[in-house]
Amino acid sequence: MGWEWLMAQRWLLPVLVAVGLVLAFAIEYNLFNNEYVREVMMYVGIPEYTLEYTLFNKYVQLVMMYVGINIILTVSLNLVNGYMGEFSLAHAGFMAVGAYTAALLTQKVLPVAVYPGLFPLAVLAGGLMAALLGLIVAVPSFKVRGDYLAIITLAFLMIVKSVIENIDTIGGPRGIPGIKKLTTLPWVFFWTVVSIWVVRNFVYSKYGRGVLSIREDEIASDLMSVNTRRVKFLAFMVSSFFAGVAGGLFAHLLQFISPRVFDIIKTTDVLIMVYLGGIASIGGSILGATVYTVLYEILRPSNFADLVSWLPAVVLDPLNEYFIRHLGVGRMVIMPLLLVLVMLYWPRGIMGLREFRWFIPKRDLEAHHRQPAHGGSHGAAHGH
Amino acid sequence: MRIRPLALAPLLLLSACKPTGSELKIGVSAPLTGDISALGQSTKNAILLAQDEVNAGGGLKVGDKVLKVRCIIEDDENKPESTATVFQKLINQDRVLAIIGSQSSKCSNAGAPIAESAKVPQITPWSTNPNVTKGRSFVFRACFIDPFQGRVVAQFAAGKLKAKTAAVLYDVASDYNKGIAEVFKANYEKLGGKIVAFETYTTNDKDFSAQLTKIKDAKPDVIFLPNYYSEVPLQVQQAKRLGITAPFIGSDSWGSNELLTLGGADLNGYYFSTHYAADNAAPVAKKFIADYEKAYGTKPDDVAALTYDAFGLLFDSIQSAGKADREAIRAALSTLPSYKGVTGDMKFQADSRDPIKSAVILQIKDGKFTYYTNANP
Amino acid sequence: MSESIVYWLQQTLNALQLGSIYALIALGYTMVYGILIMINFAHGDVFMVGAFFCFLAAVFLGLPFAPTLLLAMLGAALLGVTIERLAYKPLRHAPRVSAIITALGVGIFLENFTLALAPYPKNIPPLLENITWNLGGVSLSSLQVIIILLSLGLMFLLDYVVHRTPVGMAMRAISWDKTFVPLMGVPLDLIISVTFAIGAGLAGAAGTMYALAYPVIDPYMGIIVGWKAFISAVVGGIGNIRGAMIGAFILGGVEIMVTAFFPSTYRDFVAFTLLMLLILARPYGILGKPRTQKV
Repeated sequence: MGWEWLMAQRWLLPVLVAVGLVLAFAIEYNLFNNEYVREVMMYVGIPEYTLEYTLFNKYVQLVMMYVGINIILTVSLNLVNGYMGEFSLAHAGFMAVGAYTAALLTQKVLPVAVYPGLFPLAVLAGGLMAALLGLIVAVPSFKVRGDYLAIITLAFLMIVKSVIENIDTIGGPRGIPGIKKLTTLPWVFFWTVVSIWVVRNFVYSKYGRGVLSIREDEIASDLMSVNTRRVKFLAFMVSSFFAGVAGGLFAHLLQFISPRVFDIIKTTDVLIMVYLGGIASIGGSILGATVYTVLYEILRPSNFADLVSWLPAVVLDPLNEYFIRHLGVGRMVIMPLLLVLVMLYWPRGIMGLREFRWFIPKRDLEAHHRQPAHGGSHGAAHGH
Repeated sequence: MRIRPLALAPLLLLSACKPTGSELKIGVSAPLTGDISALGQSTKNAILLAQDEVNAGGGLKVGDKVLKVRCIIEDDENKPESTATVFQKLINQDRVLAIIGSQSSKCSNAGAPIAESAKVPQITPWSTNPNVTKGRSFVFRACFIDPFQGRVVAQFAAGKLKAKTAAVLYDVASDYNKGIAEVFKANYEKLGGKIVAFETYTTNDKDFSAQLTKIKDAKPDVIFLPNYYSEVPLQVQQAKRLGITAPFIGSDSWGSNELLTLGGADLNGYYFSTHYAADNAAPVAKKFIADYEKAYGTKPDDVAALTYDAFGLLFDSIQSAGKADREAIRAALSTLPSYKGVTGDMKFQADSRDPIKSAVILQIKDGKFTYYTNANP
Repeated sequence: MSESIVYWLQQTLNALQLGSIYALIALGYTMVYGILIMINFAHGDVFMVGAFFCFLAAVFLGLPFAPTLLLAMLGAALLGVTIERLAYKPLRHAPRVSAIITALGVGIFLENFTLALAPYPKNIPPLLENITWNLGGVSLSSLQVIIILLSLGLMFLLDYVVHRTPVGMAMRAISWDKTFVPLMGVPLDLIISVTFAIGAGLAGAAGTMYALAYPVIDPYMGIIVGWKAFISAVVGGIGNIRGAMIGAFILGGVEIMVTAFFPSTYRDFVAFTLLMLLILARPYGILGKPRTQKV
């Protein structure tokens, strides 16, 4: 009954997805805030639950939705940066395109106030727009590689930001306030599952093999009659599509966007989540995005204080005095230190080049456990 | 409260906090880290000063009880998405009575819809973008809005300074700078002046030589710099090096004593509009400046003063509401009779959560801010 | 002189100054980048710490210019070597991106650690007497001259060290191959440490000069500068010292000239579009050569 056994129970994955969806609806419609739940919570020893506190309050819901959006961003960036081995810095730019497209649609074009069901259309349009612009980066990638391509993606990000800042009709640097709050937990869950499903199927398809072969050796794969151009087209478009979707969801969750939200810092955040979780791993991306997002919240002083409140006073008081009180700025000092430590222990990220077996198709598992033995050669494309 | 067996895993799933009753919990969302972290530090200083002042006197009198005030300061990193998290946390996890913050308009824009829908009074000390309070009933501010100040400075330039032509250099990526610059331009042109150069740069730039060379070429009578105090000294120094002799004028973002430390003698003789004059201040402002200096060793900047006032506004309205109730506080805030704050007298207009305040024009003289004139458009 | 010529000359001078500033940073960047093929995202933050060392030396110790510069360089070099030993050395055989992300982490750490110690921006006193000459309407300051000369001098010095000395030869050898070169008797760890020391020392020098030219420093000043150094180094051709110099002057020139002749609002848009086109035209940088790839 160990990990191995659990991983062998493949039927659990669809069950978990179904349970997740039900949970998402239940949380969204506040079904947990009732007598029975309260009694259970009291029974397990949480007396203050009798007060008006609710399980999964709005704060927790917001963090959960951020986790979902970050998973979409991370999985999609992993396709280009992890599976294909390029170093794209444009992800925040695609997110901006998706966010602005979706927000403008729901504000100016689609009557979402009357038909909230039109919201997915706006998100879809945001994704498509981002995918279209993904071509701007995909085409140069035929010719330019490695860090030179990284500069092109960086330039793309700067150009997107500069263009938005200069169009006053969409708010310029002031951004768009007053976007309707249409993003809900079920929608985030839905899109997260879709993005994981699409990326997973893409990676294990014929084109996916092509993507991996480009990372290992582009010239060789060209010689082996992999259509590298088509593969790159697809990879960049899928990647930027989901960045756009994440942007659309983000805009309707935050109810406000401005070009500064999508700056280079946003890109580096996603990069960190990708490499923290591990390159070329869907499980890793899910893990990386979750750990990174949740850790930021746990390290908030009052949250951390709650987390350790069970400690005896002998430990707790000095901990409070010397550590927790300084977490305000210290949080931002501790986070990067943790990141460096994780990278030193797991140089390839937590799940680097490994995968939950649930995500690997049966035929691959049966063929022979797909364990990429040549993981170390990632980055060879930039090599010597 | 001590023992929580399930605390570890579902930390985020559980609302965790002590019940209210014996204290008033005020949430603060401040940019402690990120690109305007210096303002976050000032925010924190002012908040702790205000809190300690009230608690030293036993607390705040609410109805028939005297309650201590506890501020929960969270870092929003000057990112809108983090501000949203901070607001949700303060409201749902810590169950605060009201929220002070955030500082930049982009963050307040992300926090305001949350405060509004949860019916929690929010006072932003420093967000000057008109959109922040527009169409909401729980969101207030303690500062002017961009259009007001742009108008004040334009009138000053065209009137007292008798400048026929003006140039503007501003940060195009920041809504505060851009907002004031555009209002200034519109009003200055309406008053018969001519804008001969309207130049921009991007946040974090340190080299303005290209824009300043263009401005020099346009030969303006006066140059308007509605930019942050950490940038203005660089702009003025580089302009002087290029041989620009026209005087500079600025907005309330100059109003930090750091400006004098960073800029030194280069700034002598220039003017800017702000909320109050320290040398001509009301006793409440003088006391605040002295206390702040004693506690932190530096003079307060305008963010600290406005944050302190936001806090004062909140205290007054809690007292006049007579109960720790969010709706009552909101009602008390909007009907508050003139509040005498550090940054001047303020009062909320009917149906608007932007205070009516007067502005003053200060001149920098011998390394000090000195009162020059009142400005009431 | 006619006014438009004066204007043009002044803007060229501005471009030269900005280019030299970028070059100072890009030189240190390209050292590590060229030898280890590693994007050192922490470089901009070492540069920032260098500027803060300059502040400490100038304000608390009251030192004049030369010792301040030396102290900032030494401090930054020490920091660079420490970072290399603690954070990058264990990852030498890991995939390239691991070191990149570690560098990102180190950079964020340096920023926020400095922030915790110095929450407000700091002012650097004028360590050098700055004389401004007016040449027929074009103003030129002594600081500009020093910065331009210093960056040119450092470029030639670095070029000399890398191409004409035994240490430089060892560096180039290691850049070529990290497995067999040590077997020939090249002390790998030492050479890499020296590389980092030189790179970080240059960052310290750049930090000092930057702080003198733009005397307001803050903990986040290194972020955008680091990205610009990265752009300069790549545009010039990865690992090519003269290339980094040229890349820096191109970046500085484009930024200034776009502002000079277009509405300045469109600066980033035009400048980055030009950069994109430049890379498309020269996919291996300006002085870079395509490396032969073995299949």
